[in-house]
Amino acid sequence: MTTPSQTIGPFYSHALPYPHDWELVPGTHPEAITLSGTVRDGAGEPVPDALLEIWLGDTGDRGALLRGDGQVSGFGRCATRPDGGYRFRLARPAGPYLSMQVFARGLLRSVLTRVYLEDRPDPFLDGLDPDRRATLIATGPAGDHRFDVRLQGEGETVFLDF
Amino acid sequence: MTHPPYLSPGYGSTVLRAPSQPPVAFKADPDAIELTSPVFGHQEVGALDADLTRQHDGEPIGERIIVTGRVLDAGGRPVRDSLIELWQANSAGRYAHAGDQHPAPLDPNFTGGGRCLTDADGRYRFVTIKPGAYPWRNHPNAWRPAHLHFSVFGQAFTQRLITQMYFPGDPLMALDPIYQSIPDESARQRLISSYAHDVTEPEWALGYTFDIVLGRTPVEPS
Ligand SMILES: [Fe+2]
Repeated sequence: MTTPSQTIGPFYSHALPYPHDWELVPGTHPEAITLSGTVRDGAGEPVPDALLEIWLGDTGDRGALLRGDGQVSGFGRCATRPDGGYRFRLARPAGPYLSMQVFARGLLRSVLTRVYLEDRPDPFLDGLDPDRRATLIATGPAGDHRFDVRLQGEGETVFLDF
Repeated sequence: MTHPPYLSPGYGSTVLRAPSQPPVAFKADPDAIELTSPVFGHQEVGALDADLTRQHDGEPIGERIIVTGRVLDAGGRPVRDSLIELWQANSAGRYAHAGDQHPAPLDPNFTGGGRCLTDADGRYRFVTIKPGAYPWRNHPNAWRPAHLHFSVFGQAFTQRLITQMYFPGDPLMALDPIYQSIPDESARQRLISSYAHDVTEPEWALGYTFDIVLGRTPVEPS
């Protein structure tokens, strides 16, 4: 008797974003890395009203919502800019990947994906079609990772069904 | 099928945003981080965050309502200490969002965002005002039925759910492609709250109940 999903719609900005939501670690954290990218639709156009969440598997000491005095949080949220861009600052996760969830107007249900910071053998990655595997691997220099989300069409991101 | 399909052409925005490939089935790995969820502490949510009528100096215009219910897992067990966020239009059908161009008045005493944590019984409770219906540009003379947006976390990131709660008897539900995107009639009805006279408070506010049942995780016993 699961409750059905509905779209986040376009008008969540007065409720869901919160201060420092995209900063899982403060800028002074010695292990800080950034993860940024653009969300695009099936026509390749930027999606300016998506909400992204990342989860690293451990809430940490900085809090999930209220960024306290702690150094590390495992949860972050970022609304895309008018150009479809997003950005997170985080500490490198313990494992090879982090979890990312995308909500948007026009998505009746969120999409869930994984961001792998490096390409290496992995039971989940290795089971994917080689052409699509690359969509889950961040690019860019170490420490300044780039991960684009393509909701539909050429280079469509692999989404997961649990 | 409970959830709407991604592609639901009656809702125009899905046409270029729905993934064209089916999601890849995930083989259960008990160590997957998606099977855990952020933990929200009580210090992170203010006592007044669940009362949307008390966020400003004055009282918002509209019909005051109490909305309460429980968050349950697929086995009917309460989900405790789980974050619920709620957002909505004001009683005139206008969002406190710069992009909302509906020519209905903003209410200086209503922002329309709230949050709370579920208690040990999985229960939440919000006080707010009943939102108005509002027009959108999906098709000629398109109006969304009155609804509250809900965001729920649960115990696993895979259970993360954003949905909308509707009000009983609203004639716009039959005409709404977002509500109608859910193929199954009984699943659709699970998004309609119930009027609850025992929640209604005399001389104060009307009561509605709305329970939220989260999906089963791949490692959860049935
Ligand atoms: Fe809405």
